[in-house]
Amino acid sequence: MNRRTLRRAFFSSLPVMAGYVVLGTGFGILLCSKGYSLWWGLLMSLTIFAGSMQYVGVDLISSGAGVLSTLLMTLMVNARHLFYGVSMIEPYRDMGWRRWYAIFGLTDETYSLVCSEPMENNPDRKDFCFLVTLLDQGYWVLGTLLGGILGSTLHFNSAGIDFSMTALFVSIVVDQWDKAPSRLPALLGLAVSVCCLLIFGPDSFLIPSMLGISLGLFLLRRRIEGADAKPGRDGESDGKAEGGGA
Amino acid sequence: MNSPLHTFLLIAVMAGATILLRFLPFWLFSKNTPRAVLYLGQVLPYAIMTMLVVYCLRSVDILSASHGLPEALAVLLVVVLHKWKHNTLLSILAGTLFYMALVQLVFV
Repeated sequence: MNRRTLRRAFFSSLPVMAGYVVLGTGFGILLCSKGYSLWWGLLMSLTIFAGSMQYVGVDLISSGAGVLSTLLMTLMVNARHLFYGVSMIEPYRDMGWRRWYAIFGLTDETYSLVCSEPMENNPDRKDFCFLVTLLDQGYWVLGTLLGGILGSTLHFNSAGIDFSMTALFVSIVVDQWDKAPSRLPALLGLAVSVCCLLIFGPDSFLIPSMLGISLGLFLLRRRIEGADAKPGRDGESDGKAEGGGA
Repeated sequence: MNSPLHTFLLIAVMAGATILLRFLPFWLFSKNTPRAVLYLGQVLPYAIMTMLVVYCLRSVDILSASHGLPEALAVLLVVVLHKWKHNTLLSILAGTLFYMALVQLVFV
């Protein structure tokens, strides 16, 4: 590992720094507003390291959700990581010990930085991928730390701060709406979860929604993939790296 | 706040499931990936994100109190701002501050 690789990794990761520090701070403040100390936030950012899931996690732990719904929620919210992994199998094959950490820290943003690294004639690729992952988690933990400190020292009326989570997801939906090859999955998610909310109520609609969405996606597979095959909206033909949030 | 033990357990479940998802493809699909998995990986993010919006708004009561008006206005602001500026951080910050102002000052 040399200084030049570190410099390159640092400069590539700058855009992620801005996003992660701010979103991490938001996460830290949100967790604090629910009465959890800084240490819980750090524990989550060190072990989970998945932005949108940690926002959902604040809600799950503060409402005392069950283990099964937490498990299913995590699997569904983070299912996109399967896809990232699939496309990194070859690039990460020969990374040795760095591979373990690089796979653990393969978030949306890290993926967007490492997936474009050329395989050939690139001697510092292994170090670069490893360092980018490490820097990204560093920013995320730093943000969490800042949020925890701010949340516990600044005393303000935090009523309504939960909306940051809603705003995060709404902005992701808007991005996806423009980029998705087919809008059916987004509409299906909305329709199924609203129906399940009306039928099962706010405390138990998640599991039926997730089952319904999975079923619906397979039932509509032909139509969705049909839209996929057509020359996509705005020239986008693959939605692979566009899904999901932080 | 719930018992620290339960909180710890939930964090372990979230961490474990996330790690599992990130490592699974490297273990299972080193040779080839089933089409169904690829398909799900492509379309699930879109469907789950709208579900998460519904999840965030699940406790809004349309029939009483403020009839979900602050939520609707703040969501509208985020959508318009994000369509216009495409800046996630700006959309979140403005939407949250607007919503906080609404529930603390207007719809008290």
